[in-house]
Amino acid sequence: MRVGLFVTCLADVMRPSIGLAAVDLLERAGCQVIFPENQTCCGQPAYNAGDRLTAQELARKVVSEFADVDYVVIPSGSCGGMIKAHYEDLFSDLPKYKAKAQWLSARTYELTDFLVNVVHMNSFETSFQGTITYHDSCAGLRELNIKQQPRQLLRTLPNVELREMPGAEQCCGFGGTFSVKYGDISSRIVDLKCDDLEGTEADAVVLGDLGCMLNIEGKLRRRGNHKTKVLHIAEVLTGRNGEEAE
Amino acid sequence: MEITSQDFKAVSSAKLKDEKLQKALFQAKDGFVVSRAKVIKDLDNFEDIRQAASEVRDHCLAHLDEYLEAWEVRAQASGTVVHWAESYEELNAIVVKIAQNNQVKKIIKSKSMVGEETGLNEYVEGHGIEVKETDLGEYIIQQAGEYPSHIIAPATHKSKEDVSELFAKKHQRPRLNDAEKLTHEAREILRPHFLDADMGITGANFMIAETGSTVIVTNEGNGRMTTTMPRVHVAISSIEKCIPTLDDFALMMRLLPRSATGQVISNYVSMTTGPKREADLDGPGEFHVVILDVGRTRVLGSELRDALRCIRCGACMNHCPVYQNVGGHAYGWVYPGPIGSVLTPAYNGIENAIDLPNAATLCNQCGVVCPVKIPLPDLMRKLREKQYEKNLKSKTERWSLKVFAYVAIRPQLYSIVTRVMARAGKILGGNSGQIKRMIFVGQDWTKHRDLPTPRGRTFRDVYLNKKKTSKR
Repeated sequence: MRVGLFVTCLADVMRPSIGLAAVDLLERAGCQVIFPENQTCCGQPAYNAGDRLTAQELARKVVSEFADVDYVVIPSGSCGGMIKAHYEDLFSDLPKYKAKAQWLSARTYELTDFLVNVVHMNSFETSFQGTITYHDSCAGLRELNIKQQPRQLLRTLPNVELREMPGAEQCCGFGGTFSVKYGDISSRIVDLKCDDLEGTEADAVVLGDLGCMLNIEGKLRRRGNHKTKVLHIAEVLTGRNGEEAE
Repeated sequence: MEITSQDFKAVSSAKLKDEKLQKALFQAKDGFVVSRAKVIKDLDNFEDIRQAASEVRDHCLAHLDEYLEAWEVRAQASGTVVHWAESYEELNAIVVKIAQNNQVKKIIKSKSMVGEETGLNEYVEGHGIEVKETDLGEYIIQQAGEYPSHIIAPATHKSKEDVSELFAKKHQRPRLNDAEKLTHEAREILRPHFLDADMGITGANFMIAETGSTVIVTNEGNGRMTTTMPRVHVAISSIEKCIPTLDDFALMMRLLPRSATGQVISNYVSMTTGPKREADLDGPGEFHVVILDVGRTRVLGSELRDALRCIRCGACMNHCPVYQNVGGHAYGWVYPGPIGSVLTPAYNGIENAIDLPNAATLCNQCGVVCPVKIPLPDLMRKLREKQYEKNLKSKTERWSLKVFAYVAIRPQLYSIVTRVMARAGKILGGNSGQIKRMIFVGQDWTKHRDLPTPRGRTFRDVYLNKKKTSKR
């Protein structure tokens, strides 16, 4: 099975271990991982800023780069949501691309969804142990129905206790450019998220999206919390701590 | 009402620092969100009802002209006087004219957001006619000289202490601290006004074409008294509130109170069909309905049409992380929260509310709770596209987007730029692993939080290098 990895621009630049973890997981599941080297961005920043033409240009690029794989897997609900929930609208005035986008969208999976529902993976090699609280990212949850998948995967880990926080489904306040354009509001929202997750006294907050990750980790550290780990679920499932760049 | 949405950024930042407001918002949020969740859970087919309701609303909008005409014919047949208003001034003038024709000196009013749009109270008072708001929340803010911060709970920004202080001052009575006692005091003060008012003004949640009726959905007896006690009753509404049949109304009522306050049904559902008939014991001698179309027809023919499905439950704002923290006044017009971020620019011109469609994380919590499935984030995004087309975005944003686009569509350049970013970022972060201060756009990030550092190398470089090595 040829699986295209769309690593996402944020993981590419900020945290390569997420991409490495995704490759590990896919290979362990028996997939042949294809990494189109020219991939950059799914177009969401432009799309959400109202710059439809740039978004279309980037989306066309994604559509053509992943034209010859069986599946596309993305370690992000946000970029996955962009392809699965929004490409069709983005190409509504370009019928030729609309059909291609539909084709791509049907083959695109968020990583945990793919592991649970396509390759049915249920055992992992990881050294991680401790308590985990899971933050549901907005696009994953409300555009792709990612809710049980990550929890199901985490429950297979013998040394992990899952401890839900109140408001796990509440937005972290990132919202792309919202986080800088409306910094005061964004900061308040992520403060409330930090209150909630610190309340669980979990060792790590685990999530599936880079935007939330940078926002939550950045806020925790600024608040002086250097203890709570902030990890992507792929890192947890492969025993990575997020520092790996080799 | 005057629009002040241009000040969103400054006002919202101030609201975040207003501790009294924060406390009130926190309590309100808990009440609305928790009660709604409970009562929705008890419905085993909520999603089906939601789907059906959104289809009915779409159908209404597609045939709005026919249903409004049908409604008018039936309303007139039962003796209702129907007026159409194409501007705020026109609606206000019609209401004053009705009052003057009937020698009205005092008006009691039940809640109406259309009235807030047109600035009805000030206009009517400017013509020497007294207006008393009788919904408790509306009464409170009228006493305080404010305007609603929420479409169904207008005084939700006020704490009990605020109300105690306000009532003691305005009523010239000893200060009370108990919510029930405060309510009783307001009731005592309002009672004589109900008895000697000449005219009652209400809104209308729906107009039912099948029967020519108007309906109000309320929790306080004031609405019922306003529609039945004075000799003249005027209902003000807007064209998109028309629905075809009583069955459709029943469908809407399965969703409206549940989505709004978490009630299975509101305390009162009052339907008015014409003035008092010969055999009736009570009711007004004259019944007028004034129907507003400001912006609605224009929106109906636009990409924002879905917003007109709104049944004004307030669930979108109750569940919005931005509204929950800044409250309704920050939005600067009648309708706050996600629906307000669409309707305000749609009715007032997008250049007059630039911030609103952008001041959202697009988390879609509003979209999933909306009882008529309005895709609010999509509509906000459409408004952002309009802003972009009309060159209304800030220079910084346009410039950043251009640079981003230039790099992102050139993979070679992209791989070099990201390689530099990953290295430079790691050096900037030093030993702490966090960047504490950045410049340009980045300073708006680091003002509030650290930026976890990149790891020195991009995934692309690490992975491709690894692959090359393993092949050797």
